[in-house]
Amino acid sequence: MWAELAVTAIKLVVAAVALLSSVVVMVWVERRGAAFIQDRLGPNRVGPLGLLQPVIDAVKLFFKEDVTPATVNRGLYFLAPMISMFVALATFIVIPFGSAKGVELFGVPFGDFIVAGDLEVGILFLLAIGSLGVYGIVLAGWSSNNKYSLLGGLRSSAQLISYELSMTLAVLGVLLATGSLHLGDVVSHQAGALWRWNAVPQVLGFVTFVIAVFAETNRLPFDLAEAETELVAGYHVEYSSMKFAAFFMSEYMNMATAAALIVTLFLGGWTLPGLHLEGWLGLAVSVGVFLAKVAFFLWLFVWVRWSLPRFRYDQLMEIGWKGLLPLATLNIVWVGVAMTLGWL
Amino acid sequence: MVTLVFYLAAAVAVGSALVAVSHRSPVVNVLSLVVTFFCVAVNYALLGASFLAAAQILVYAGAILVLFLFVVMLLNAPELPQAIDPRPIQRWLGAAAAAATALAGILLVVAWRVTPPVAGPGGDAAALGRLLVGPYLFAFELIAVLLLAALVGAYVLVKRKH
Repeated sequence: MWAELAVTAIKLVVAAVALLSSVVVMVWVERRGAAFIQDRLGPNRVGPLGLLQPVIDAVKLFFKEDVTPATVNRGLYFLAPMISMFVALATFIVIPFGSAKGVELFGVPFGDFIVAGDLEVGILFLLAIGSLGVYGIVLAGWSSNNKYSLLGGLRSSAQLISYELSMTLAVLGVLLATGSLHLGDVVSHQAGALWRWNAVPQVLGFVTFVIAVFAETNRLPFDLAEAETELVAGYHVEYSSMKFAAFFMSEYMNMATAAALIVTLFLGGWTLPGLHLEGWLGLAVSVGVFLAKVAFFLWLFVWVRWSLPRFRYDQLMEIGWKGLLPLATLNIVWVGVAMTLGWL
Repeated sequence: MVTLVFYLAAAVAVGSALVAVSHRSPVVNVLSLVVTFFCVAVNYALLGASFLAAAQILVYAGAILVLFLFVVMLLNAPELPQAIDPRPIQRWLGAAAAAATALAGILLVVAWRVTPPVAGPGGDAAALGRLLVGPYLFAFELIAVLLLAALVGAYVLVKRKH
């Protein structure tokens, strides 16, 4: 009983620490990556290669003055960053991130894979909690009592609902092929060979999902909610100091969760064909494989952000409803036909 | 532990439902409805219906109420003034009906000892799916047609303006 509780607690702490440290790493990667793409140096004075820059950034944010404008709706103004943080922290826990065959801790076996919260409806939990994230942005925009914030919040609510549809439909194809809502099953279904990875038979679903995820995480070219050239900073104009940092951190945590989800659903999670290790070594290697795949998609987020211009609002809606939604539907039809004919 | 969580979620659900109908700010109304749906989902999860719990949050709290909030914010609905009460009789009738329903529920359980039906095991997605395409296939397909009709209706209404 106590050993099991301790193991669960350790798993939760590891997941939370991994997620939070991904923010620190990504701040550095984003700033240096932007500099690299734009052919300049970037922050390189604090520590070797500027590696300590995120620490300085965090300290700076802590010591900034925390301004609460007089005209805000106080309750909702304080609630909004909390919702964003809660959603960003809670969604990651159902993602399995390593093989744990034959691994025990305090006499408690881990089962087939390592995951903080092993839910039967894992993917639904993630989508459900993730769908609440829009409230953080919308409420921030509305409660700030500022027209730019309100516009950012409104845009974001329309955007998130539109792209959630295509994203969920793309996930549906994976769930059809797996026959389970359990993320561990999704991964083990893809194990064994490269062509078993869902990205190969369901390439349409994969492309749809990756594009929709960019919109869901409010990253460029879909960052209409922030759009600093027209809306100052969008929904968080009126936020300063650590309340601003809460939004900033949840954006980066959502990125990490999104990258982990892409890897889990479409690229075989922690598995690699031809890799059959057990015990602690297997755990370490599989977590390494998982992290490498996730790191690629995190870099893709940065790469795209500094390469593409922002879409116009009507283009954004057109891509979502006329481009991605038919593609995702086509993917489901394809998966259904292929499964009926026994190809999948 | 489960009982404690149940009563906590139930109390918050009822409380926020009351706020949803009584608060003067439309945005707060919508938000307390979100809390209500979330607490109902917690109770679904406690009953073992994890799929229903996730669907409740995903569909109602995460999609439909976002649309509500979107409309409220877009119209910039003002806070209602306190004093005006155009329909006093309806208000009392509504309160009386709610009280009567609550009383009937309590009487059913306490006085006449009607045991409410308990959900059996198997409230997961697979069991629900088998029910939907098995015994309830006709109703399931009927709902699909109804939704299609609603979709076509919405399309016609939008088209007419141009």
